Amino acid sequence: MLPDDCKYSKEHEWVRVDGAKGTVGITDYAQKQLGDVVYVELPEVGTKVGVMEVFGTVESVKAVSELFSPVPGEVVEANQTLMDSPELINSDPYGNAWLIVLKIDDESALDELMDATQYQEYLDKEVEG
Amino acid sequence: MTFASKTLLKRTPLYPIHKALGARLVDFAGWEMPVSFAGVVDEHMSVRQKAGLFDVSHMGEFEVKGHGAEALLQFLTPNDVSRLQDGQAHYSALTTESGCFVDDLLVYRQAENDYLLVVNAANIDKDFAWIEQHRKGDVFLRNVSDDYALMALQGPESMAILSPLTDVDLSGLRYYWFVEGEVLGVKATVSRTGYTGEDGFEIMIAADKAEKVAEELLERGVASGLAPVGLAARDTLRLEAKMALYGNDIDATHSVLEADLGWIIKWQKGDFIGRDALLQQKEQGISRKLIGFEMVDRGIARHAYPVFVNGKSSDIVTSGSFAPFIKKNIGLAYLPADASQEGSELEVEIRGRRARARVVQTPFYKRE
Repeated sequence: MLPDDCKYSKEHEWVRVDGAKGTVGITDYAQKQLGDVVYVELPEVGTKVGVMEVFGTVESVKAVSELFSPVPGEVVEANQTLMDSPELINSDPYGNAWLIVLKIDDESALDELMDATQYQEYLDKEVEG
Repeated sequence: MTFASKTLLKRTPLYPIHKALGARLVDFAGWEMPVSFAGVVDEHMSVRQKAGLFDVSHMGEFEVKGHGAEALLQFLTPNDVSRLQDGQAHYSALTTESGCFVDDLLVYRQAENDYLLVVNAANIDKDFAWIEQHRKGDVFLRNVSDDYALMALQGPESMAILSPLTDVDLSGLRYYWFVEGEVLGVKATVSRTGYTGEDGFEIMIAADKAEKVAEELLERGVASGLAPVGLAARDTLRLEAKMALYGNDIDATHSVLEADLGWIIKWQKGDFIGRDALLQQKEQGISRKLIGFEMVDRGIARHAYPVFVNGKSSDIVTSGSFAPFIKKNIGLAYLPADASQEGSELEVEIRGRRARARVVQTPFYKRE
């Protein structure tokens, strides 16, 4: 089941908003598509990222995928645990495998994202398509 | 009016099994092949620690027979076909005039002037045309690729799994030898060969009998840890063992000597295509050489990433990956010969950033 406290992007990232901050990760669907994640590259704290801008990379044994920020803001935290344990992305994508925390610049970007129900419908379509 | 174009992919006789097991399927050289089942890392580890079953039916098989068969193969390949005995195979290549690769292949001697070649799936048509172009005298060449399924059973438990299911004396079967027998009551050619760096067997069976055999083999092997394995783990396994992949590490622009495969050249056997060019290279020394490297900085090198030596552009990564068993980021690349010694430094450009790597001894993995 998809956590309903998150908003979702079409590129399969989630953001969980807490006040002015948003925690960003990739969805369970995304990790399944990737397969075993073996490498993660995240931005430095202080980096500014625009909406749908690339902020990092995750790699499985066979694939390289860019990470897109669903909201604009400044990186205030990056999950260092993933440097040594990238496989957490496969086992706990909505929890311990969060990627970055952003101080959100423009909350209106959240309106462009999907809620859990809409994202589920989007997945159903994408899988069918 | 427009029509959606859809490439029609070929399917191996084991396709229904892949489908039933929920494999992730991809287009590989025009074949709909399983890239993974349980996950690349798990599959890789299964082969290193227990056993894995691969469908390699997409590979091509040619029969080369007739009085001129041995002479033709001696001329087309650098290894010495005359040294093969009945039931013995060797690794070799089809070489160009410049000593580079048309393809790499296995040559099986079934009987005098009766050979079977196993070639890469992507090169079946090209290889067949190449051999046909050079065929002379009394030689019959036949592409029997569609007649057979080929599976590879690889890993330390392979012998224990296969022994009870075959009349072949597996323990008496030496590395790179093969024998005709039965597997699960079906006529099969069993060879002690593979592309993983593990002990194991490759089993060639008539296409129409293969599905049942593979299904039963998987069922019977499950208790010993046998797992179905896809092409992704096949690639990481062969890379750890530093076995070359045509199209990545070897091709029509790099010579057999540069590819560090000089051991397949038997200089004393007489002439073969590319011998003059290779001999000249041997005498003058090669200017570049395929080496194995390990990343020093964080990052995974991938096929075609640019390589730099002493700040200067130097070819590309030919193969690169995270290696699941040794848990390192490794790769292969052609380096200038004078910078190819163990311990030499190189840089790999990963998404615009240069990351340090170092030449290491290969194979990266060698079984105990």
